[in-house]
Amino acid sequence: MVQLLQIPGRAALAMLGEIGRLSFFIGRTLFWLAQPPWYGRQILRQMLDIGYFSLPVVGLTTMFSGMVIALQSYTGTERFSAEGETSVATVVVLIITRELGPVLAGLMVAGRIGAAMAAEIGTMRVTDQIDALDTLSTRPMQYLVIPRVAAATLCLPFLVLIGDTIGVFGGYVIAVYQLNFSPSAYLSGTLEFLEAFDVIIGLVKAAVFGFIIALMGCYFGYYSGRGAEGVGRATTNAVVYSAILILILDFIITGLAFAR
Amino acid sequence: MSHIQIRDIHKHFGANHVLRGVALDVAAGQTMAIIGASGSGKSVLLKVILGLLPPDSGSVEVDGVESVNASRRTREQILRKIGMLFQGGALFDSLPIWENIMFRYRQNVDMDKAALRKEAKDILAQVLLEERVLDLYPAELSGGMQKRVGLARAIADKPEILFFDEPTSGLDPITSGVINRLVRDATKRLGATAVVISHDMNSVREIADRVAMLHEGKIIWQGTVKQMGRARHPVVRQFVHGLASGPLTEQYEIKK
Repeated sequence: MVQLLQIPGRAALAMLGEIGRLSFFIGRTLFWLAQPPWYGRQILRQMLDIGYFSLPVVGLTTMFSGMVIALQSYTGTERFSAEGETSVATVVVLIITRELGPVLAGLMVAGRIGAAMAAEIGTMRVTDQIDALDTLSTRPMQYLVIPRVAAATLCLPFLVLIGDTIGVFGGYVIAVYQLNFSPSAYLSGTLEFLEAFDVIIGLVKAAVFGFIIALMGCYFGYYSGRGAEGVGRATTNAVVYSAILILILDFIITGLAFAR
Repeated sequence: MSHIQIRDIHKHFGANHVLRGVALDVAAGQTMAIIGASGSGKSVLLKVILGLLPPDSGSVEVDGVESVNASRRTREQILRKIGMLFQGGALFDSLPIWENIMFRYRQNVDMDKAALRKEAKDILAQVLLEERVLDLYPAELSGGMQKRVGLARAIADKPEILFFDEPTSGLDPITSGVINRLVRDATKRLGATAVVISHDMNSVREIADRVAMLHEGKIIWQGTVKQMGRARHPVVRQFVHGLASGPLTEQYEIKK
């Protein structure tokens, strides 16, 4: 009986230990974010990697999502309403700016950047590069974690803004060239329902997602287990936990911002 | 010149009591080799001395300054005196060789890129590497070259204390000989106090002044390199002469 209870007991203790370590890591990240020196070159390098090199992935994802939403909303709304042009434009702009822009960009960047961060920092851990940083009087938190967290938090909103634009453009392409809507009517429908508040909330979500992606990537990399298996597990965990947290936080922020 | 005093260091990993009251003095200007079988706790002891791992109890003093649980400022002051060559080199993959070598130097000294590169070139020459290596990345170098760059990085700031973790592991005998000579020359040139972790007895004979053997988490023997060859302690004798039978392998058989 005691042995049976030991199994869930150990699992619970391990989970509490992990939560404690993560909380401590978040606390240290927030503390060191405000402390100089800030490694400008590292931040710029990360911004280039996260912002610029993620553009194709985010652009393609949001464009095709915009196109699919336009098609789906047309086939859905034509059964109930004759005002297809306005309703398709409305659905596309609302869903892209409020939800799919930030969430898809977040998930794509989690897959691309979160995994890379965990793999890079995890490899640095297993090859003693993190210990080497420490012996060279450089705090690993400031040199490795802070530039990544700062760059991801700053870059995701810009990526989402561009993704929103491309997504709406995808909807426009389908509406005009496949559904034969009038371009001016579609555009005026888009502009009519394009709310600054929706865009801002989308950008707030993006910044939060950027913070979470970098945090998870750095955390799992920093505490990576030994060997290739440890780094592999760190990479997987970074992507899985980032994706789950993105969806949970999306729900929470949406609830706070749009609940009536 | 700096000296190190290690007193009654204990370190557990779960139920595994790795260090069981390690005590060791490294005198100023001396090169101390810590030898021991794989898993005897040598690397853990090194990490404790460097402050990379906190011990459960005990003290480590560098020039009379306690480094265990020291404030960040004190630890930084101690670290500034230290150069470290890691077992695998631990070079930063994302930086070219010249930036690896000048990593700490450039944070403390305001120099332009050309001057830093020139300085890196001079330090590279001390470890017998050519200028063309400056712009390569660690992945483009052989294991022996990586060790030499690691050594160049360790001595770049002219430290008072040098640590070497298995400086010849994974290298062929000729490259090992070259590394041993470079390590010895660099230590003497700087007048540094050095701690070498190794189980390569040729390396120990060539580099060290004194030797301490770590076994089952304790220093069981200490002496000069000459005394090591004549040591009567059965564990030391077996280890130093690489004998197939003796207490070390008996213990292994029992564990098995």
